[in-house]
Order: sequence, then C-alpha cells, then structure tokens
Amino acid sequence: MAAARTETPAARTLELDVPDWPAHRPGQHVDVRLTAEDGYTAQRSYSVASTPGTGRLELTVQRIDDGEVSPYLVDVAQPGDAFEVRGPVGGYFVWDDADPAPVLLVAGGSGIVPLMSMIRARSAAGLRVPFRLVYSTRSPDITIYADELRRRQRDDRGLDLAYAYTRGVPPGWRRPPGRLDGALLREAGWPADLGPACFVCGPTGFVEAAANLLVDQDHPADRIKTERFGPSGGGAA
Amino acid sequence: MTESWLTQSGAPQSGAPPSWVDGNELAGALAEVFAVDVTTAQGVCAGCGRMAPVAETRVFDRAPGLVARCVGCSAVLLRVVRGPDRIWLDLRGMACVQIAMPGTGGASPDGPGA
Amino acid sequence: MTVVTRGFKGRGTRDAQLPPGQYLTPDFPVLSAGPTPRIDPTGWEFFIATGSGERRTWSWSQLRALPTETVMVDIHCVTKWSKLGTTWDGVSLDTLLADVEPAGDFALVHSYGGYTTNLPVADLTGGRAWVAFRYAGAELDPEHGGPARLLVPHLYFWKSAKWVRGVELLRQDQPGFWESVGYHNYGDPWREQRYWGD
Repeated sequence: MAAARTETPAARTLELDVPDWPAHRPGQHVDVRLTAEDGYTAQRSYSVASTPGTGRLELTVQRIDDGEVSPYLVDVAQPGDAFEVRGPVGGYFVWDDADPAPVLLVAGGSGIVPLMSMIRARSAAGLRVPFRLVYSTRSPDITIYADELRRRQRDDRGLDLAYAYTRGVPPGWRRPPGRLDGALLREAGWPADLGPACFVCGPTGFVEAAANLLVDQDHPADRIKTERFGPSGGGAA
Repeated sequence: MTESWLTQSGAPQSGAPPSWVDGNELAGALAEVFAVDVTTAQGVCAGCGRMAPVAETRVFDRAPGLVARCVGCSAVLLRVVRGPDRIWLDLRGMACVQIAMPGTGGASPDGPGA
Repeated sequence: MTVVTRGFKGRGTRDAQLPPGQYLTPDFPVLSAGPTPRIDPTGWEFFIATGSGERRTWSWSQLRALPTETVMVDIHCVTKWSKLGTTWDGVSLDTLLADVEPAGDFALVHSYGGYTTNLPVADLTGGRAWVAFRYAGAELDPEHGGPARLLVPHLYFWKSAKWVRGVELLRQDQPGFWESVGYHNYGDPWREQRYWGD
C-alpha cells in the first residue's frame, strides 16, 4: 500500500503498488486477502476504482461496521503495509470502450466504485460516448467522489449526472429524500429504444429494485449488467 | 430494499435483506482453474433449462464454499470449495456451458477443429 | 507465499480450549448455501425413514410434546470460528429413534430447501444429537435454522443441518451437500477433519 485518501467519514481510497499489475478493464474487481500474525485469514472482493492502465491500482472501500476486512482497510492500514491482491478478475461487469452505445450507470452507495472506473476510463481515452449516471446515496456528506463528480459534470462533455438522496438532501434540493424510482430513472436515464448499455451496482436489494425498474421501462435484460455487493450495502463486506 | 420469493413450502419470504451476491463473485476462484473467464459464459440450468450468464447467477458466499444457484428455479448450478492445497468443483447443475471464443477452429466438413 | 498483514487481527482469537486451527468468535456468524426458507410450524414435519420402508413423522406440536433437554455445548464451524458454551433446547435423537429399528448404520439428514448432510447413526445417539428449536432461551431464528435444526456439536457445524426436515437411515453411506464436494465425510474438529483425506 503506497498511499490512502479519505473519501467520506466511512470510505477510503487505497493506492496500491502491485508488481507486474496488468491493466484492468473498467468494472473489474480484485480479491483482497488479509493474513493475521496468528495465521487467521479473511478474503473479500473490492471493485477497482482507478483509471485502467495508468498509475497505481486504487480501491475505494466503504467500512461495514460489523465487517472484518473493511474496518482494517478503512481505519488501520497504513502506507507500507502489505496484503495479497488477486486479479483483476471478472470479465462480465465491464464497459467495452469500443461499444458506441450510450451508457447508463446506476449506483447505490459504494456501488459507484466500478462505475467511477468506467467514467474515468472514458475521460482518459478522450471518448465522447454519452454517459448518464444516476447515483442513489444517503446524503451529501457521505457521497463518495462527490467533488470529482461535480468537476467532471462541468468538464467531461457528454457526462450527465442525477442524484437520488434517500435520507438527507442538499439545501434547496427539489426532489424530497426518497429511493430511486421509475420517474427519476426515466427522466435521468436513457429511453430503451436508444439501446443503452446499462450497468447497475450496489447492495443486492438496491440492484434487484433498480434492475426491475429498467426492465419495466423495456430495457432488454441482456443490456442490463448487474453487480450485487450483498445485503449490507457498503461494498463487499 | 427487501424482496420476496417463494420457498419450497410456498411461503413468501420478506424482511431480511437478500443475502446473496451475484456470479461476478466467482471470478477469482474460477480464474485459478480455468484459462477463460467462466463468469462471462452462458450456463444452462440442468433443473429448469434456463440459460443465463454465469455472472448473473445467485451466489451464496457466506458458506464453507461458493454456491451458485439458478435465478429461475433456485437449483444449485455450481459449487466451489477451496482448500489450502486443493480446489473442488461441482458443475452437475449446469447441463451445458457456452463460452465465447475468438473466431477460429470449430467443426468443418474437413474434420474437427479445421 | 503468505504475506502477514501488519495490524490485521480479524475478529477471531486463539484459545487453548479450542480444537486445532479454530478461532473464538464473539458473535454467531450466519452461513448459508441458499435462501433462508420461511417455514410455518403448522406445516412443519419431521420424519425418520428407517430404510426398510417404514416412515415415522412428527408434527410441530407432537415434537414439542416430547421431553425436552437443555444442553450447553461448544460449536465449531469448519470455516474456523468456534463458539463456547452455547445453550440450546431440543429433543434428543435418542428419543426420536427409540422405537425405530435402523436398517443400516448410516444417516442422511435432509433439510427444507434441499440441503443434506451425512453421518453415522451412532453419532446421532448416546446423548450427542438433538433436534433443537431454541437457542439462548429464545425460539430459533430462521437465519440460524428455525423453526428447528439438527444439533450435533461434536462434529463440525455443517453437520448440524439448519431447517431440518428429517433423517433417512441407509445401508450405504451417501455423502451430503458439502461432503460430496471436498469436505470430510466425518468431520471431527479435534482431529481437524476438514477436507477429503484429512
């Protein structure tokens, strides 16, 4: 581990120097394995956050309070510490930058992480494929990448952004706090007849609900790719 | 964020958040064994015949191994157990696996793999 | 190559009272190979199939009318966590097998939801196995196997089948869900019988 930066009170980005790291594809994950002094081991999967092919491997990890691995990664690990990383793995939940279809990204909480890698990859490659991100998050103060997204919304042409705040909204926000619903997805997403590639990532319940909304809006199932983090909601525990 | 599904006894379940992840989670374990990424393959359920990407199966990972189940009928498609020096794979639940390959080879009138 | 990660402790701790390779856990992890079945006790039934064509069944109320034992036992999961001094209420398999003449020496335990696990009939008797329906004084949560689970604490905990539905007695041993994909056929934690050949 080379460096770390705090994203929110509950999430941190770890910058890793991995010898011989092959470039990942945006959306892929790694398996992180920790081994304690007494031989105890624990392994979890984390999405890659960084831009493919450049700089260090970055993982953004959200703390699960009763988790075993994430509290270590968010609160304890320091530059210089070492752990095992296997990957990059998973070739399904991956954005293909040769695909000219518009892209709809739907994030629930830390489900933003692999989608951010796609946004960064698009920008780094100078592509103009239209991207729309619908981001469900509890409140502005715990929104991962809020500043970078604000900047990219201004600078990255063809990237549109909509938030569904479920608990607390910024001052003057028009939509009351509430879950992502069909109306917002219709307004901020793409109509199905444009044939968008849809990527949905977040806690299992969120992904089930969001994918069902997309199917209800006539997006074909094979254009909706999903990645579920499990019940807890904060990225693979 | 809850959902319901029918259990064997027919009682709808709701309440506890869903405890599975999806087949993407299998990628690391299967990459130890296979030269191709099996999560992008299409698997056919031996129980109900549903064909779906392995990445879209329901994976129960809080268990002594990884158990992938059919989204349609909940039957077990695949099991992976990782021991310290061995890996066990059970693929009985998949009647067939279709893996996309680069456009070479394949059967031809001149014989297999021409 | 194993990399020891500075500062990582995990939740488990070593303890001299534990079987080899186990760690003490303060909580009660929920492990499951499938969705949690929700079973209404009114439709619940427990069976013993003797292997010679006879099948005994107990409804929920019939089971609960049998003598109940309260036991305090240590449990050991093959995923390396152990929990000491857990308290359960249940009906001993000695009681359920009292009038049954097993046709063979082997048992295959069946669960609601399709899970199976196998063990010798001898390990179900002698005050070592129960159909448990209360944990720590409260009705057993569905996540922990409620309304009732098998409790065979002297073997790794995957043998203590959640949502237990019945026991099939067999002349020939038949590996269960985990036993057929790498896990040890018997599973004695004190001999660290985790995997095939251990």
